[in-house]
Amino acid sequence: MSEFINHRLLNVVEKIGILTLKFVEGVGYYFALLVESVVWIIAGPFYKQPVRISSVFSQMMTIGIAACPIVFILSFSIGVMLAIQMIYNLKTFGAESQVVVGVALSVTREFAPLITGILIAGRTGSALAAKLGTMQVTQEIDALRVMGINPIRYLVSPALLAMLIMVPTLTFFSDIAGLLGGALYTSIEIGLSFSAYIDRTIAALVVGDVMQGLFKSFVFALIITLVGASNGFSVTGGAEGVGKATTRSVVLSISFIVIADMIFTYFLNR
Amino acid sequence: MIDENKKNVAIEVRNLVTHYGPRKILDGINLTVNEGEIMIIMGGSGSGKSTLMRYLLGLGIPTSGSIKLLGEEINSLSENETFELRKKMGVAFQGGALLSSMTIGDNIRLPLREHTNLDEKTMDIMVRMKLEVVNLGGFEELMPSELSGGMIKRAAVARAIIMDPKLMFFDEPSAGLDPVVSAELDELILRLRDAMNMTIVVVTHELDSAFKIADRITVLDRGHILMSDTVEEIRNSDNERIQSLLNRTPSNELINADEYLDRLTGI
Repeated sequence: MSEFINHRLLNVVEKIGILTLKFVEGVGYYFALLVESVVWIIAGPFYKQPVRISSVFSQMMTIGIAACPIVFILSFSIGVMLAIQMIYNLKTFGAESQVVVGVALSVTREFAPLITGILIAGRTGSALAAKLGTMQVTQEIDALRVMGINPIRYLVSPALLAMLIMVPTLTFFSDIAGLLGGALYTSIEIGLSFSAYIDRTIAALVVGDVMQGLFKSFVFALIITLVGASNGFSVTGGAEGVGKATTRSVVLSISFIVIADMIFTYFLNR
Repeated sequence: MIDENKKNVAIEVRNLVTHYGPRKILDGINLTVNEGEIMIIMGGSGSGKSTLMRYLLGLGIPTSGSIKLLGEEINSLSENETFELRKKMGVAFQGGALLSSMTIGDNIRLPLREHTNLDEKTMDIMVRMKLEVVNLGGFEELMPSELSGGMIKRAAVARAIIMDPKLMFFDEPSAGLDPVVSAELDELILRLRDAMNMTIVVVTHELDSAFKIADRITVLDRGHILMSDTVEEIRNSDNERIQSLLNRTPSNELINADEYLDRLTGI
């Protein structure tokens, strides 16, 4: 009996050990990928393998410009939703007019970066994982390597650069859309004029509020790219593997985003 | 052996040992390919021939042993040296491995665009020339998904030869093709060697095409080299496993009763 328990215990300890090892390995891989992509961005020209500006721009189009409509719709809805909730809550204190401050701070500091991050994780992170995974399965990555084209330089660096530019940009766009949603609902519900809303919003916000959101979105961009790319590169086992990697990259990205959001919010508000 | 001393060696593999996880795939491979030679690597499924190809291309790190391409030890080269060496290599993968997001023309142009500073017009002309070489003239605007399997393989050859490489590798060039197309590819391989004096390594299990194009054949079996010699010598070999590969006879090995029982019971 005791031997059996011992065996079970050993098994559990072994599993924890393996999980820890995998986690450390995973984090190490993300960092290696990050370092290599950044090194290619900076040092590529010296190795006669520069990161192509044209491919950065085409990535920026698909990541950023094409996502504008959906970012607008979601952020606008979030703005309206926040205004509804806050007016309902603040009514208890008879302070409905404070809704402006509430919406302005929540949108810029929290909701805009978060909703943009989650959207881009689902939209671009998954696409990156699926693209790299398919290329891995069809030997396209091998083909690039034997042609003397480094796959990280050719595929990951442009995506990383485009993400680091476009996710904060989209977040700023999302700020505006969210505030607009809040303004429209407030003006209808409690009769606060649109221009008064804007004036009060500008008075309530300091640069730090917006910057906090943008800083977080920068971190989210890193997370999405690295998780998507590393899951894509590690695909084995054909089409099914690509599907699994895509799902995993979305779930992992969103989880990391929410956790990172919590951590950064804590430290940025000390 | 006299040949080896006379000619320059393009590929030299010494005591190559590789593992896939704990499983040993290649065990003590020794192989030389001379310049301007067509070497066929043959063997049944699971013999390790595709693995050998991967390691020749520098896509894996061997457990031990050395691989020299054009006189350079590929596993101890710096990033820049590897980059320079790979400009002199062309590879036609089994499935073509054309980038599916680009047209055929852009695929073939890719190495030029990444490695040279030629202007667009010159690149266009070079792409069309190489497409003509593989009989795909006028196809540069199509996407890979719009081509048949044989066309994709030929387009992949065009991409592989765009930099005029010294070394060419073909992975299963005739797999999945009808006899006519596969014969055309064989012709193409011979023409490439004759016209551009390339050293060519072909991994295949198609006997007909192997005998047609080979200068020498290397037969792999379970990670070992059974024989590496001229077509005639291979044909006349009295090795049982080579003969069964040539004559397509099933291998009827005697089963060790104890081992068999152990395998079944999983001990």
